[in-house]
Amino acid sequence: MARFPFSAIVGQDEMKQALLIAAVDPTIGGVMVFGDRGTGKSTAARALAALLPPMSAVENCRFACAPDEKGTCPDPCTSGRTRKRPVPVVDLPLGASEDRVVGALDLERALRTGEKRFEPGLLAKAHRGFLYIDEINLLEDHLVDLLLDVAASGENVVEREGLSVRHRAKFVLIGSGNPEEGELRPQLLDRFGLSVEVRTPDEMEKRVEIMKRCGAHDRDPDAFAGQWAEEDAKILKQIERGKKKVASLEVPDDVLEDAATLCLAVGADGLRGELTLMRAAKALAALNGARAVRREHLIAVAPMALRHRLRRDVLDETGSTTRIERAIEESFG
Amino acid sequence: MNPAPGSVDPLADALLALRLYLIAPRQLGGIVLRGHGPARDLVVEQLLEKTDVRRLPLNIDDERLLGGTDLAASLAAGKTVHQQGLIDRARGDTILIAMAERLSDGIAGKIAQAIDGGADIGLVLLDDGIEPDEAPSVALRERVALHCDLSGLSKLDATAMPKGKADALDEVAPLDDTQLAALARIASMLGIASLRAPIFAVATARAHAALKRRKSVDEKDLEVAARLVLAPRATQFPEAEPEPPPPPEDEQGDRSDDGIEEQQPSTLEDRVLQAATASIPPDILARIAAGTIQRGGQGQGAGRKRHSLTGGRPRPPRPGAPGRGARIALVDTLRAAIPWQPLRRREAQHGRVQVRKDDLRIRRFEQRARSLTIFCVDASGSAALARLAEAKGAVELMLAQAYVTRSEVALIAFRGKGAELLLPPTRSLTRARRALAELPGGGGTPLASGIRMATELADRARQNGQTPFLLFLTDGRANIAADGAPGRGQAGEDAESAAKILGARGFDALVIEISPRPGKDAAALAKWMQAGFLALPHADAAALHDAADAARQSASRP
Repeated sequence: MARFPFSAIVGQDEMKQALLIAAVDPTIGGVMVFGDRGTGKSTAARALAALLPPMSAVENCRFACAPDEKGTCPDPCTSGRTRKRPVPVVDLPLGASEDRVVGALDLERALRTGEKRFEPGLLAKAHRGFLYIDEINLLEDHLVDLLLDVAASGENVVEREGLSVRHRAKFVLIGSGNPEEGELRPQLLDRFGLSVEVRTPDEMEKRVEIMKRCGAHDRDPDAFAGQWAEEDAKILKQIERGKKKVASLEVPDDVLEDAATLCLAVGADGLRGELTLMRAAKALAALNGARAVRREHLIAVAPMALRHRLRRDVLDETGSTTRIERAIEESFG
Repeated sequence: MNPAPGSVDPLADALLALRLYLIAPRQLGGIVLRGHGPARDLVVEQLLEKTDVRRLPLNIDDERLLGGTDLAASLAAGKTVHQQGLIDRARGDTILIAMAERLSDGIAGKIAQAIDGGADIGLVLLDDGIEPDEAPSVALRERVALHCDLSGLSKLDATAMPKGKADALDEVAPLDDTQLAALARIASMLGIASLRAPIFAVATARAHAALKRRKSVDEKDLEVAARLVLAPRATQFPEAEPEPPPPPEDEQGDRSDDGIEEQQPSTLEDRVLQAATASIPPDILARIAAGTIQRGGQGQGAGRKRHSLTGGRPRPPRPGAPGRGARIALVDTLRAAIPWQPLRRREAQHGRVQVRKDDLRIRRFEQRARSLTIFCVDASGSAALARLAEAKGAVELMLAQAYVTRSEVALIAFRGKGAELLLPPTRSLTRARRALAELPGGGGTPLASGIRMATELADRARQNGQTPFLLFLTDGRANIAADGAPGRGQAGEDAESAAKILGARGFDALVIEISPRPGKDAAALAKWMQAGFLALPHADAAALHDAADAARQSASRP
């Protein structure tokens, strides 16, 4: 069944933009999506992956080595051929055991030949793609720690069951959750690059449009995907162009200063906020085909780069987004 | 015939829901049947007659659910034998989950994920919950269109599903814009945030039209959809959200064609909405009023779980040595050891199963043995009123970090004739704010009542596997006895005996003297309670919080 096309998703502009930024610059550190149930969070994440161009990898490599990484994974991946394979989107189930996530001993080999061989886990499967965790706030703490650590280092180190294995695991972590059902520890939250808030659209026209599109998709998924193929192709082109462009973009000094001013004004903790802000602004500029990174790019990404890094003030009920908007207003007028 | 709105027979509705589900299993996702009893048995019986059903046991493990290695077969065959999971085998079938409210979030999450990933399964969730917060996981309820409540049903009027041949769903035309808008608006009026609900409502309306062999959806179909899908998900009265009133010009304006068209959707909406509200069970209305229904579901938050170190919901085992309260997970240990046997046998030259330290697996349970901090605040006239404000501030600060410490906070105030539980144990800052805003002050000091209530609350918390920590903010000068009668002598004696009872229970406690003129009473109270004592005559909210936090942490250390 064809997946729901990315371009057919109604509204949710901030989330779509954050995902595109993460697609252009996977080092951004993942996207955290907050929102009620049934607002299309996972639909968007899955749709993005379906839209991305297939990647080349060494044939039969269990760790999806890129052609120039040949032979660097724990397996002897020496095949001379490369194959295209779809960008992986791995769903991490809530109750997943550590074994399944990091990988474990290959039972079959151990049983048959007494050989210890590593059976890659979900982290290896997600290499070069996306790891999607719905309701990350309900995931066990030690797993969340582990995931964020791997996502940050790009490498999975396994030292257990007599195994000693390390392999690349570079992926964009996408977490989603409803803050009303339990909150994430602030330390963890800070390690996500971007965070977005998703709400059910208030406008009736949009709601009706969503119902219509879902109905059309349900009746004939392939035909529906066909209708949106052109739009999806445009977005794909945009990502590809952005990826090429992002490396060559420079951030001018005045924008750097703006970023520092803004972080100071909202009282965001740590340097991570500033770094992410810069990277995201750069990715957005690349995505939009701009020649240089400008203040407008910075302002556009500020809420998603900073919102989850603000110190919570108990006695102030103002939402983080409002506080950031206020700071932008005060700093740049 | 369909019963008139307002006199809907829940059993007839459940049977209708079942019939609709059978017409469009993939689009509707399934049914929640709440309430155990003969009425539900009857519905389940009819389900079993009509379709293949697979039962999902609550204790199903990952491998049986999602597929994986069949360990026994693998050992016998000497190679890995894969088994199909229940979800794979059930493709196109209905999965029946009895006592679905007991299903763990982990399993529910995996099923939800499979459904999102396009697994072609229908779910029938039998919900035996009695308390309002006992219900199947929101993740599953959300993905199941039809919700029927059969609890408390005493007579069985309808006994069979609506009969007759139904059309295929495809033969029913899609809904027109007016109809879509009506369902979308009603969902929003009922405070339903999820967009799955109106989408399910659309499918339900079409299924009902197919049942009635209509080629397009009419008002009756919309009513059924609103009743079965939208009404049970309501989180607010339709009146609670003021809809923009229709501009008065429209009503006064001449009845041109445009005017009539403008009017139509609202009347259609009104009628369908009426049908929906008529079937909202009265207890839901009461619960909405009491605020126990929250947007986004209930009972799923990390804070609601009350499990202790020694019992509770099992978690996947981890490598580790037993001891320090951890118990060995034998099967998992053996499972870890078995693959190594050929190697180890070669080394050791004997045939016994060789289990080594690395193989050891320990059992783990949901370790949410969190603390409950009970603030017991003297709100009498003798305690300076200003102190109350600081206590409130401290409670708020405590709650602000509750998600870090996984702790809950409760607040008891004593004044006048007795004690009052102002804030039952909670992690919700919003709820606490509301309770605290109304904290009154003045009157006598019924210290004994306050201590007793705190002791009871702490007892209950301990039974729930929580670690209570009591914090008394008082000057210790009791002047109201336990029975509410004034008089220093009796009041003092009552307070002493209550404090000693508390002390004997072995709860961790701290007495904070909040009087600007410290006396001996509070210190004596602390001694009877075997509690810590702190005089903070000029403390502000932050200092109170810090003191409480430090005491709580040193208390929770073994």
